[in-house]
Amino acid sequence: MARILVQQEDFDLGQEIAALKSDNNNIGAIVTFTGTVRDLDRSLKSMTLEHYPGMTESELANIAQEAKQRWPLEGCTIIHRVGRLAPGDNIVLVITASAHRQAAFEAAEYLMDFLKSRAPFWKKEEIGEESQWVDAKDSDNVALERWLK
Amino acid sequence: MQLLYFASVREKTGLTGESYQLPDGISNVAQLIEHMQGRGANYAAAFENNLMLRIAVNQLHAKPEQTISDSDEIAFFPPVTGG
Repeated sequence: MARILVQQEDFDLGQEIAALKSDNNNIGAIVTFTGTVRDLDRSLKSMTLEHYPGMTESELANIAQEAKQRWPLEGCTIIHRVGRLAPGDNIVLVITASAHRQAAFEAAEYLMDFLKSRAPFWKKEEIGEESQWVDAKDSDNVALERWLK
Repeated sequence: MQLLYFASVREKTGLTGESYQLPDGISNVAQLIEHMQGRGANYAAAFENNLMLRIAVNQLHAKPEQTISDSDEIAFFPPVTGG
């Protein structure tokens, strides 16, 4: 079973790893990815994340299920924050656990690539007095295509 | 049916969602989008750029040719940008 959470609160990486490992000695490799709010030129005031309650959770669960069919995972956690975030704040956490590292590495990338192209989240940036929706990137579709070959 | 709007589509329509009777003669998503464009200036603005519009029917991603019925939940939104 995957642990899927959509929440306003921050997450604790150490606690999430400990929860995944507890009572499971089959795990020999844990990979984590944390996405954070970037502000390259120090102009960003905030980033607000909107989502589609219900569909978000079911899409994330589907993506996790697909990863489990593809790799021998011992555990999988996806936590995505919503609401108003500040530069440097955590946005998303993906953890994959497996007996060996290759499955954990690959599954973590797979989860992030599909999350970015399928999970219904939208980012809005507040820069100065202006607010604007973030555009989707073509590079995210390119990242996805390698898994579909 | 239940219509839902997210992100820029929500802002342009000025609505988070609404109940709406499936009009006669409309049987798929593409036809519904065309119909929505004619519902007023706010809808025209939200639905004019078909290429940037994404659709979910009953919380699953859908294509314009997907058949719809009056009991469906249909969501309209721009390309997703999470992660």
